Amino acid sequence: MDKLEMVRELTNILGPNRVLYKEHQLLAYDCDGYVAQKARPKAVVFPVTTEEVSRVVKLLHEHQIPFLPRGAGTGLSGGATPLNGEVIISLAKMDRLLHVDFDNMRAVVQPGHINLQLTKKIAGNGCYYAPDPSSQSACTIGGNLAENAGGSHCLKYGVTTNHIVGAEIVLPNGNIVEVGSYMGDSLGYDLIGLIVGSEGTLGIATAITVKILKKPEAVKTVMAMYDSVEDASNTVSDVISSGIIPAAMEMMDQLAMQAVDKSNYYVGYPTDIAAVLLIEVDGLAAGVEEMAEKIVHMCQKHHVRMVKVAESDAERALWWSSRKMAFGAMGRISPDYLVQDGVIPRTRLAEVLAKIADISRESGLRIANVFHAGDGNLHPLILYDGRIPGQTKLAQETGSAVLKVCADVGGSITGEHGVGVEKLEEMRFLFNDAELQAQLAIRSVFNPQDLCNAGKLVPKPSRCVEVKRAQQLFQAEQAVYDGFQEHTSILSPAYKEAK
Amino acid sequence: MAKAEADVSLLQLESAFKWPDAPDEDKYSVCVHCGFCLEVCPTYQQLGDENQSPRGRVYLIKSASEGLLPLDESVIDPVFQCLDCRACETVCPSGVQVGALIEEARGQVFYAEPAKGMKGAVQKLFLRGIFPHPNRLKMVGKLTRFYQKSGLQAVSRKSGLLKILPKQLREMEAILPEVPATSALDSLPERIPQRGDKKATAALFTGCVMDVVFSDINRATARVATHNGLEVIVPKQQICCGALQVHAGDREQARQMAKHNIDVFLASDADYIVINAAGCGAALKEYPELFRDDPFYHEKAEQFSARVRDISELLVEVGFEPPQAEVKRTITYHDACHLCHAQKVRSQPRQILRSIPGVTLVEMPNSDRCCGSAGIYNITHPDMAGQLLERKMDDVPEGVECIAMGNPGCMMQIMVGVHRRETDLDVLHTIEILDEAYRREGNE
Repeated sequence: MDKLEMVRELTNILGPNRVLYKEHQLLAYDCDGYVAQKARPKAVVFPVTTEEVSRVVKLLHEHQIPFLPRGAGTGLSGGATPLNGEVIISLAKMDRLLHVDFDNMRAVVQPGHINLQLTKKIAGNGCYYAPDPSSQSACTIGGNLAENAGGSHCLKYGVTTNHIVGAEIVLPNGNIVEVGSYMGDSLGYDLIGLIVGSEGTLGIATAITVKILKKPEAVKTVMAMYDSVEDASNTVSDVISSGIIPAAMEMMDQLAMQAVDKSNYYVGYPTDIAAVLLIEVDGLAAGVEEMAEKIVHMCQKHHVRMVKVAESDAERALWWSSRKMAFGAMGRISPDYLVQDGVIPRTRLAEVLAKIADISRESGLRIANVFHAGDGNLHPLILYDGRIPGQTKLAQETGSAVLKVCADVGGSITGEHGVGVEKLEEMRFLFNDAELQAQLAIRSVFNPQDLCNAGKLVPKPSRCVEVKRAQQLFQAEQAVYDGFQEHTSILSPAYKEAK
Repeated sequence: MAKAEADVSLLQLESAFKWPDAPDEDKYSVCVHCGFCLEVCPTYQQLGDENQSPRGRVYLIKSASEGLLPLDESVIDPVFQCLDCRACETVCPSGVQVGALIEEARGQVFYAEPAKGMKGAVQKLFLRGIFPHPNRLKMVGKLTRFYQKSGLQAVSRKSGLLKILPKQLREMEAILPEVPATSALDSLPERIPQRGDKKATAALFTGCVMDVVFSDINRATARVATHNGLEVIVPKQQICCGALQVHAGDREQARQMAKHNIDVFLASDADYIVINAAGCGAALKEYPELFRDDPFYHEKAEQFSARVRDISELLVEVGFEPPQAEVKRTITYHDACHLCHAQKVRSQPRQILRSIPGVTLVEMPNSDRCCGSAGIYNITHPDMAGQLLERKMDDVPEGVECIAMGNPGCMMQIMVGVHRRETDLDVLHTIEILDEAYRREGNE
């Protein structure tokens, strides 16, 4: 089926206004929040119902045309990057809140529903949706499902997988199935558990049932500033081992503070402190005050320079904006950045940060640190300038080196952003060939033709060396012309050859 | 580790922006593509299309600048579909100046393909033929007044003659308030003494549309300012600020107008330049951007802009007297984009409204989402403007009698909304309500 024919068929299903196909209209879709790799999709379509998604997928499946789902495109590992010239199925227009059940604490949303909007819509009833990735004001719940997104409050409340109980899924052959269970545990294999975090490789969620929670009775937020990262790290360990489970425990280093203080979300951090901790406790009013006091005391025990409890909602909101906008604020101090998403045991924090500082020195690239300290989930932000030849690659290699350190101390290469295309090779730090094969075997059950978001999440075992060689050759000789003039996939020809 | 790398720097392509004053790299390279801007962008909210989002538009501008895109519809359409409302700038953590990038890109389009045919003729007539010339503008005002007063309006409404006009113009005709006989620029004395001790001198910028359609608001502004110890001067040589020209991409014409105003106002001895139209206020404050490449006028523009204040901003800055008399009204406030996003003036108008005894201020949800007026956007893009107006009218809280705001464009647009819904909501400028309170005080 040639492209024109495909466009005609897609237009038959969706009408002319919901299909983008002209080359230049597609450029804006050549990457998501991860900008180090880009490629142009074949088309972008905007379905608004499950049936439309199903009809589109059936058509593409029948004609063996690769496709992938995309939410708001705020992902940070390239999960929605169309490296194989896919048709992008944008779920941005499927953004309705379908149902709220306050008695049973459930809400059903379409995948394009914005995370924070759900909380806003149910706030009147004293409820909220707990997973709160930093991009929650823009990211979609469908995207959160695909990436198993985390957020600052996952320390106490868990990541997305703990909050999604069921979903309607369009399988890669176009069939519609329901997985999970509205109440209680689902029988048989835990398919909803499998779908959450599958990065769009097992199908496309078109209606998602989530748990909603009652807002805690009281919240206290503590900000603590330290002269040394070690003191801040030790406070984190101390708080956790004392038995208190804060709702959130976040850390930023000086470079991150500098960036965000240059933005609209100015807090005014002293320029001579090494780290700032943001610790939040919530729960019943009676206990919260006491917990906050204990935390302040523990901060003092670890030589805190300054510690204070937020005096108003406005102050608390500003502190949180400052933390949540930190990634986006990197543009204030660098033209490009690559965010890593390593996980480590909390007790190794100081040691790992020292190693990251070494890596920064060796590479010559600045690294700012923003992280969910309580979970041991680090976000080293590697600052680079893509306009300088070789810097993108250097940044990627630096990121990989950081992840190696995380894996080596017993952690992981992703806490919440997913593997995408960014960390494919780094999967090997954690899994051997047999383990990867098992994962691919599962994919092949749902997605036997590998048409749905191919080439993401799991690397092909034993192909590594060949793929690498092909990519290097391709990069050296052809990337510039083939990659840019056509603006189709940069990877796919090499990939196909390697296969 | 081998990853395909998009190394743009290897490409020596020619920029699609071939004319002076193009969007500069320093502005677009700040964008890190995080996407925080998406959900506050009115056109993205309506369309869900990345091309019609701030991040997408900046990406397209960057690509055109790097020669990866020609200056064709793929860039022009998104750049002109943008309302230039700047909501994205309010949330952007990296501080991307999307408004300036859009305006500069429009400048390139203006150079590349001057609008032709009917659209071009209309554009040329208004942007170059009428607005820059105060006397011609007054003539338009007089003609409109003649049309309204002579019975011609009644005849043309009755005869169905208006049906030849597009719907949005027909609606504008229907809601257009009665044009006052004289403009404030003509009728106000050159120097109006303050009441009591003098706090400062403020030069009143009377604007173009504001002074033709809503010149009473200018007079109210002068009264309110003098009531609060500000000596008001009205420089008679001033002309339109050029905001509409900037929005349309006619930057050269805008620069000529800006130069004229800068010289006129700097020659006066005013401490402040006071303005009551959000769009004009933003344009005046951003004159330096127009003269990036002109060191002489850049410096003068900086001096000029440093003195510009919105009337609500100025009243709070110098301290205003809370009125004694009651104005019994339930009011909701609409944040004009160029007041809240471009000028960051949000709290002051609310502070003024809350200071008036008897006023109940009910917050409108998403009060800072664009109403769709956006200069002449409601005429160039009636569909999108109409959708946004519907959303705005849906957001008006129940039980309010009046919507207050600080921009004439929004006032006319929301009047159309009121007309469509057939409600009897009043659409007023914030300062009119304060003025009403002061005047009642005088009568008590």
